Amino acid sequence: MAGRQQVYSVCGMCSVRCPIVVEVEDGKAVRIEGNPKSPLKGSLCARGAAGIALEMDAERPQRPLIRVGERGEGKWREASWDEALDYVAGKLKDITAAHGGRSVLFSDRGGPFVDLHQAFVRGLGSPNYCNHDSACARNVQHAAKSVMGIGRKEVVYDYRNCKHLVLQTRNILEAINVAEANAVLDGMEKGCKLSVVDIRATYTAGKADNFYMVRPGSDLAFNLAVIHVLINEGLYNKPYVEAHVQDLDALAQHVATCTPQWAEGETGVPAAAITALARQLAEAAPGVIWHPGWMVARYDDSFHVCRTAYIINALLGSIGAKGGLPIANKPGDVGRKGLKKLVDLYPAPEEKRADGVGWRHTQFDGGPGLINLAYDAIATGDPYPVKAYICYRHDPLMAMPDAEAMKRKWEGLDLLVSVTFSWSDTAWHSDVVLPLSTYLSRESIIASKGGLKPQFFVRKRSMQPTLDTRADWEILCGLAKRLGMDKLAFERIEDIWEYQLQPTGVTMADFDAKGFVELCDAPKYREDAELKFATSSGKLEMISPKWTKAGEPSLRPYAAPPAPPQGMFRIAFGRTALHTQGHTVNNPLLAEQMSTNVAWINTARAAELGIADGELLEVLDARGTAAGRIRAFVTDFVHPEALFMVHGFGHRLPVESRARGKGVADQELMPGGLERYDRAGGGISMQEHFVAVRKAAARA
Amino acid sequence: MSTYCIVTDERRCISCKACEVHCKVKNAMPVGIKLGEHFTEGPVPGPNGAPLYRTLYMPCFHCEEPECVDVCPTGAMTKREADGIVYVEADDCIGCGACLEACPWHIPQWNEDGDKAVKCDLCMDRIDAGLKPACVTGCTTHALALVGQDDPRYEEQRKRAPQRALAER
Repeated sequence: MAGRQQVYSVCGMCSVRCPIVVEVEDGKAVRIEGNPKSPLKGSLCARGAAGIALEMDAERPQRPLIRVGERGEGKWREASWDEALDYVAGKLKDITAAHGGRSVLFSDRGGPFVDLHQAFVRGLGSPNYCNHDSACARNVQHAAKSVMGIGRKEVVYDYRNCKHLVLQTRNILEAINVAEANAVLDGMEKGCKLSVVDIRATYTAGKADNFYMVRPGSDLAFNLAVIHVLINEGLYNKPYVEAHVQDLDALAQHVATCTPQWAEGETGVPAAAITALARQLAEAAPGVIWHPGWMVARYDDSFHVCRTAYIINALLGSIGAKGGLPIANKPGDVGRKGLKKLVDLYPAPEEKRADGVGWRHTQFDGGPGLINLAYDAIATGDPYPVKAYICYRHDPLMAMPDAEAMKRKWEGLDLLVSVTFSWSDTAWHSDVVLPLSTYLSRESIIASKGGLKPQFFVRKRSMQPTLDTRADWEILCGLAKRLGMDKLAFERIEDIWEYQLQPTGVTMADFDAKGFVELCDAPKYREDAELKFATSSGKLEMISPKWTKAGEPSLRPYAAPPAPPQGMFRIAFGRTALHTQGHTVNNPLLAEQMSTNVAWINTARAAELGIADGELLEVLDARGTAAGRIRAFVTDFVHPEALFMVHGFGHRLPVESRARGKGVADQELMPGGLERYDRAGGGISMQEHFVAVRKAAARA
Repeated sequence: MSTYCIVTDERRCISCKACEVHCKVKNAMPVGIKLGEHFTEGPVPGPNGAPLYRTLYMPCFHCEEPECVDVCPTGAMTKREADGIVYVEADDCIGCGACLEACPWHIPQWNEDGDKAVKCDLCMDRIDAGLKPACVTGCTTHALALVGQDDPRYEEQRKRAPQRALAER
């Protein structure tokens, strides 16, 4: 690869997978920007721009490692790829011979490339493919299913045509998806109003027309009051509701006493402001998006918060509408054929899932299950033994509460493998580390993305790996070969691409022009008459028979969250545009930008405790165990009950010189938190924990 | 005075710092050196008490009478005649550091890698190739723009930026 080249590819720093173009000079990536032929038009966030620093960083697993000490002790022997893959395949053979294919568990972080992972798990004969989502968006997903009968990604957020956007548990300008942030700002330039419901003033709140700083955990009361006003003042879209909403009467009865005055007492937001918001939304309808949230593994009632968001959208007629949440099109909806799935190489396993999803917990989505419940199966052997676990680009020890409890559950594993491009707590605790090439030095399978204009896109290799790392397909197909899974033992990525494209009429050459292939020319919206929902009634369901059957009420009465005990705070966490999921904190360029987190603390509470802005604090969990030191950020713009910090800091691994010992890890402040999850929606309730702070100097 | 100026649209800026990182990658600057710096103030109460963030990206202003050029003993600090871009001719820089002292806004930086002064040149190689500076192209939300003297934002930015930047340093 001599000279200068431009390679269209796909970012892989966070979970968004933005389209990029990589400038390559003499075989080395030198600059990255957003794909100019995509809606990004060159824009790319700091994380994506810092990809070359990741590729060039030696502080990541440099070659395959096999553990020689105890788990987590950090004693390894280096192995060649052949040796490491032989070792893992050999272990998997022994384990599946003794306990069956079902004894293998696999988790990733979702996204558009999971078909390969699912094929691998199926090829092993296991039903236990999972993703990270019980610590992320499961409550939204299940809320979407319970109201619309379709998943959250099967509707589009039509920001550019929206007239009023409400963001709740969605910090859209800090937890950024580049295309989405631009669409929101474009919409606002065209006059879209922005309302933000949050416990603190995020950058997003800083741009809002309306900002409501709610009591942590009281969002449901806020939403119920908005529904109350929409119904009681007759502001809802009557023809739409008549045609598409089931059980409005039950909803009306449910919110009868949920007046704005009542909600003011619960949320701290003035009743008049709630009423005014509901009226503003009715005026803007159906061009309204009440965002149901993204990372909503927060409270015991987060599922119902998400559900009420969809219900408000339903009452305003925005589900299916231009400027609201139009239905996403798949290839078939625009007269095209979808990709041939790798997962179809193998028959669906008949075995039930180890996490109980689909049979013990009938309301939940079978697809990615609930990983935290699968860990229970490892620990107990119920419903059957789970003995091997492969974490692909997933760090559950950092993503979920109570790492020590998780490690104890994992003691039942005979094999723990991490496939990872960075060090992580989970990789450090693994038996085998298989280093994944970065998104610059690996290609990926072709992905299909639904939307108003559905498309296929593909990640290309921009440069050869700097270290002895391999692509996802090289690792999984390499294991498949050794395990006798011949159908998945592809030797060349071109063969995988060719297989995927078979039915589509698209060729690889079609990706050359832009890096992606759009499957229709113009955005396709559905007419109102075309709307039919995949629920049992064909309508938007205020009461979901599926949830009723599982013993979960669809309209749950509001239960006020307990106030923090005297002198304590409710832990709250969120994101920054500079980091993602903790795995970028050691990146040289991103560490330079933000190497630690701070603790947001309300001015009045800080004064009570004698804490000054910038003062070094220790944060203690509910059992009184200190999690580390962090500086106070004292502000009026965080709710007095909350102590907020950005997630992903407080690293402890000796191999991460830039991240080690910086800041506090919120997930360390949630003892017992693995057991605390939203029974209705499946999300872990990470903000149902209280913490205390004290001046670090007092102990010095 | 330079023909161009980089302006920040505060309504679109989300303080994500992509401008700084795009600049560093394009110019291959080591940790510790920022040729352009982004400032955020907030959350502060806005006119109606609601929270507000003030933001500004500050690369070099490319002054009309650049003090860094005046003090440079070798002529390495150069003002390009065609468009007023102020840049370092690296081969001529002897690393005396006079420009670092002279600039009121501390724009030139010391690069230990080579012992020379470095500064924002508005990515003039990109400008000459018909492109925008890396920070402008890469800006996550298209909040940055490269504008010419005929753009009303040009004067506005030039007037307010130096005072603000001084206050926040």
